[in-house]
Amino acid sequence: MIEKNENIILKNITQYLVAFIQLFGLYVIAHGHGSPGGGFQGGCILAASYILMITTLGIEDTKKKYNEFKKHLFNSLGVFIYAFTGFVCLLLGANYLDYSGLSNLFPVDPIKARYIGTFVIEVGVGITVMSIMLTIFVELLTVKRKQS
Amino acid sequence: MKILALIVSIMTGALLIYAAEDFPSWGDPNSPTSLHVSPRYITKTYEETKIPNMVTAVLADYRGYDTLFETTVIFAAGITVLFLLRGNRDD
Repeated sequence: MIEKNENIILKNITQYLVAFIQLFGLYVIAHGHGSPGGGFQGGCILAASYILMITTLGIEDTKKKYNEFKKHLFNSLGVFIYAFTGFVCLLLGANYLDYSGLSNLFPVDPIKARYIGTFVIEVGVGITVMSIMLTIFVELLTVKRKQS
Repeated sequence: MKILALIVSIMTGALLIYAAEDFPSWGDPNSPTSLHVSPRYITKTYEETKIPNMVTAVLADYRGYDTLFETTVIFAAGITVLFLLRGNRDD
């Protein structure tokens, strides 16, 4: 278990740095179309910001911001967004994961609908990757061995 | 018995190296792998999807199933860690 660090420089710098790291992670997810990046990379950057918070502010303070309920919700929410987008395409008359079917739902042409569908699933991938990275880190950190 | 295994290993390795001579050279634009779908992705991606990044278009649109199950594999890994490590707790 990582204890809270009392160094005032670390605590203050972390508080300001986390905001910029999370903004950069969101940028990488949102601009996965035009530049190198996407859901996997952006999710890892978002997870890194929380890991920075855990290592400096301590795990108890971080759990106030990212509690058990959010962890279990986000773990499965990303995969759900991805699979559900494919299912919506199926309901609208296209093949599974063929985003051009989304043009029946939004007032855009089928080519732009593929652009939007790609963005939606990138967000889903980002949420799952962020949450799973953090879950693995926190669970390995707080594991208690059986007294044998 | 060990000598027999060694001979079989060497012969198989020699056969594979001999077969590798017939491969197309590295990065050859006329090799079969470069002629099948790559030109279509390079020329048609922007018209068909309006995504400027070809890698993202192939990853998320043309190969959507692949990415879906990659995400599912990550999800399964996280859930497995959750189950294995929490199962050891007494409380």
